Amino acid sequence: MSIGTYPPKFGVRVDPEQCMLCGRCVENCSYGVFRMEEGRLKVNSRNCVACHRCLAMCPRDAITIRERPVDYRSHPLWTPQVREAIFNQAKTGKIIVAGMGNALPYPVIFDHLVLDACQVTNPSIDPLREPMELRTYIGKKPSRIELVKRGNGEVDLLTSLSPNLKLETPIMIGHMSYGAISLNAQMSLARAVSEIGTYMGTGEGGLHESLYPYQDHMIVQIASGRFGVDIDYLERGAAIEIKIGQGAKPGIGGHLPGEKVNQEVSMTRMIPKGSDAISPAPHHDIYSIEDLKQLVRSLKEATEWKKPVFVKIAAVHNSAAIAAGIARSSADAIVIDGFRGGTGAAPRVFRDHVGIPVEAAIASVDAKLRQQGIRNEVSIIASGGIRESADVAKIIALGADAVYIGTAALVALGCRVCGTCNRGVCAWGIATQREDLVKRLDPAIGSQQIINLVHGWTDELAELMGAAGINSIESLRGNRDRLRSYMLDSALMDVLDVKSVGA
Amino acid sequence: MKKVTIDATDLHYTPLNQQIRKAVREGTDHIVLDNVMGQRFIADGLKGSVVIEIHGVAGGDLGMFMRGPDIRLFGNADHAPGNTMDAGSIAIHGSAGDAVAHSMRGGKVLVRDNIGYRGGIHMKQYVDKCPVLVIGGSSRSFLGEYMAGGLLIMLRRFADTLEIERGIGSGIYGGEIFIRGNVPDSCLGVGTKKDICHGDDIARIVPVIHEFCETFSLDPGIFLNSEYTRISPASARPFANKYTWE
Repeated sequence: MSIGTYPPKFGVRVDPEQCMLCGRCVENCSYGVFRMEEGRLKVNSRNCVACHRCLAMCPRDAITIRERPVDYRSHPLWTPQVREAIFNQAKTGKIIVAGMGNALPYPVIFDHLVLDACQVTNPSIDPLREPMELRTYIGKKPSRIELVKRGNGEVDLLTSLSPNLKLETPIMIGHMSYGAISLNAQMSLARAVSEIGTYMGTGEGGLHESLYPYQDHMIVQIASGRFGVDIDYLERGAAIEIKIGQGAKPGIGGHLPGEKVNQEVSMTRMIPKGSDAISPAPHHDIYSIEDLKQLVRSLKEATEWKKPVFVKIAAVHNSAAIAAGIARSSADAIVIDGFRGGTGAAPRVFRDHVGIPVEAAIASVDAKLRQQGIRNEVSIIASGGIRESADVAKIIALGADAVYIGTAALVALGCRVCGTCNRGVCAWGIATQREDLVKRLDPAIGSQQIINLVHGWTDELAELMGAAGINSIESLRGNRDRLRSYMLDSALMDVLDVKSVGA
Repeated sequence: MKKVTIDATDLHYTPLNQQIRKAVREGTDHIVLDNVMGQRFIADGLKGSVVIEIHGVAGGDLGMFMRGPDIRLFGNADHAPGNTMDAGSIAIHGSAGDAVAHSMRGGKVLVRDNIGYRGGIHMKQYVDKCPVLVIGGSSRSFLGEYMAGGLLIMLRRFADTLEIERGIGSGIYGGEIFIRGNVPDSCLGVGTKKDICHGDDIARIVPVIHEFCETFSLDPGIFLNSEYTRISPASARPFANKYTWE
C-alpha cells in the first residue's frame, strides 16, 4: 500500500506514576485500545475514538487523551480530515459513513443571535414569584371558534377541535430508533418524558414491548421502510410522525446493517434477524405533495382521526414552500430538522454538505405560513443542533412552537459526541446492541439525568422569559423583536427578520 | 350470518369507514358496499374477520394497515391496495394502479387483471407472516422493487400484454418473484438473480395458483403447465459493500 499508515487521530497516554493496573480501562474500552500483557498495560492509540469511557472509569486520573498528537503540515484548505478522506477512499473506493451530525466548522447562527432583557421602562418578571406559562400545545388551532350561549349563562363550544399534544415544557426528545440506540437508552428517555410530561419519538424501529407502559408519551414514526408499522403500533402512539427526511442526510434513505439486527431488534422491526433494514430514499407510495396528503389522511383514517399527525422534513433550500404544502395536507405539525441534526450513520458527504441550518429554515417556514394565513393549521417543531436552553429560546423567538432534542439527550446519558455511533460498539451503552455494553446504561439513572437536564433547561427558559418581561411561551413565539443579530450579514438578517444589535 | 348493505352514493370516505367499523363492532360478518365511486381508504386500519364486498371502483389505499378482513372488489382499484397490510385478503376483480401491496407484511392481494408501476414494492416477511401478491395479467416497471420478503407471482394471462417492463426486483434483498414465461435480462433490476423453473420447482406456488383461479373462476391448466422465471436476490445484503467508515 503506497499510502502507508497515517497518523493516529488520538494519542493515549497512561501515567505510570498514577496507574495502579486495576484494569478498568481494559474492561471498559470497547474499541480495543488497552490490553494487559504480562502484568503490564499496553496501549494502542490508533483504536481510540475519544469516547472517554476509560477516563471516566479510571480511579486515578491516570489517562490523558490528546487529539492529533502528530501534526500534518498545516494548511487551511487541505485539512487533515480532507486528506484522510482521500486516503480512505483511495484504499476502499467506497462511500464514507460516519455517525453524529455535521462536522464542518460552519458558523453557528444561534451564536450570532442575542436575546433581550428588560431594563427600567418595562419591568422584568421574577419567575420565583410569578407564574410562568411554559405549557405548549402541539397541533392545529382553529382559525375561529363558534360559541353558543345557553340560558343559564353557560357557553357551549360548537367548533370541533383537532387533537393536540399537551407538553409541560416546549422540549421534546426526537426520533432515535431502537436499533440505532439501545433499549436501555430508549427506556431512559421514555421514563423521563413520561415523568416530565413531554414526548419522545420512536424512530423508524417499531415500539419494543417493554416501552408499552410509556406509549402515551411516544410519537410513533412511519418512514419509507415501514419497519415495525402495523395498526397496533399506530394506535399505541400519542401521535404519528411521517418521516420524509432527516437533517443529517437529506434526500437519502437509511440502511440499518444486519449486524445490528439482533433477536429483539428483529422482533420490534418485524424483519428477519441479521437482515439489513433498508429504508428507501422516498416513500414509494407518495411521489408528490398531493400524495403526502393521501398518506397523512390514511394515517388519520386508520386511527379514526384521534391522533395528531406530524410530518418531518430535512431543512433544505425550499423548506418554506414545502411546509406550506404540508400545512394544507391535514397534518398537525411540521418538524424541521436542520443540517446539524445527529444520526447513527450517514454518508459523510451528506452529513457535512447537504441541507441548511435550522435557524434559517424555521424563520422562513414561520414567515411563509403567516404570509399565507395558515400558521394556525400546524405547529412547528425545530430540531437539529439544539444544544442548550438559549437555543430553545432563540428558535422559539424565530417561530418554532417546540423543539426536539437528540444529541443533547444522549449527552445527558453519558455520550461524549465521539461520532462513532455507526460502529455499534458504543462504550456508554447508548448506540449499541451488544448486551454487555447495553447493561452499562441503567435506565433508572439515565432517566433521572434526562429529567434533570430538561428541568434545568426549562427553569432557564423561564428565567430568560422573565428577564424579557414575558410570562407565557406564547408571547415569545415568533417574537423576533426580542432577538438581535450580532455580526450576521444583512441577507441572513432579512431571512431571519431580525435587526442588528444596537438597532 | 349477519349481512349489512351500505349505499356509498355521495358518501365521503370518513363516514363510510365509520359505518363499516360500526357494522364490524356489531358483529356483522358480511358487508356489501354498493355504488362505490373512488372513495379512498376503505377498510383502512380495520381489524376483524369480515367479508367486505365492494361494487364499483375503490379509491387509493384500499385495505391499508388492514388486519383480517376479506375484501372482494368487483371493479378496479386505484393505487396501493393492500398498502402496509398486515393480514386478510383483497381480491380485485379488475385492475389496480401503482404501488399495489406496497410494504405489505402479511395476507394476500390477488389482482385478476393488470397493475401499474412498483407493484409489491418493499413487501416484507417475518416469522410466520409471508405476504402474497398475485397478478393475473401484467405490470408496469419496477415490479417487486426493494422486496424484502414475501411471494409475488405474475401470470401474464393476456396474450396481448405479454411485454415485460424494466427494473424487476431492483434492489431486492428478500422474498421471491415468479413470472410466467421468460424474462429478458434487460428487464431485471440491480441485484437480482434469475432461474428458470418448471415441474417440481413450481410446486410451492401451485396452491396459490389454484386459489387465484378459484377466486376469479379461471382455468388453472395453462398456468400449471408453464415455465416460470424465478427472480430472487443476488445477495441478502446488497449494500454491505458500499460503505467504509470515516
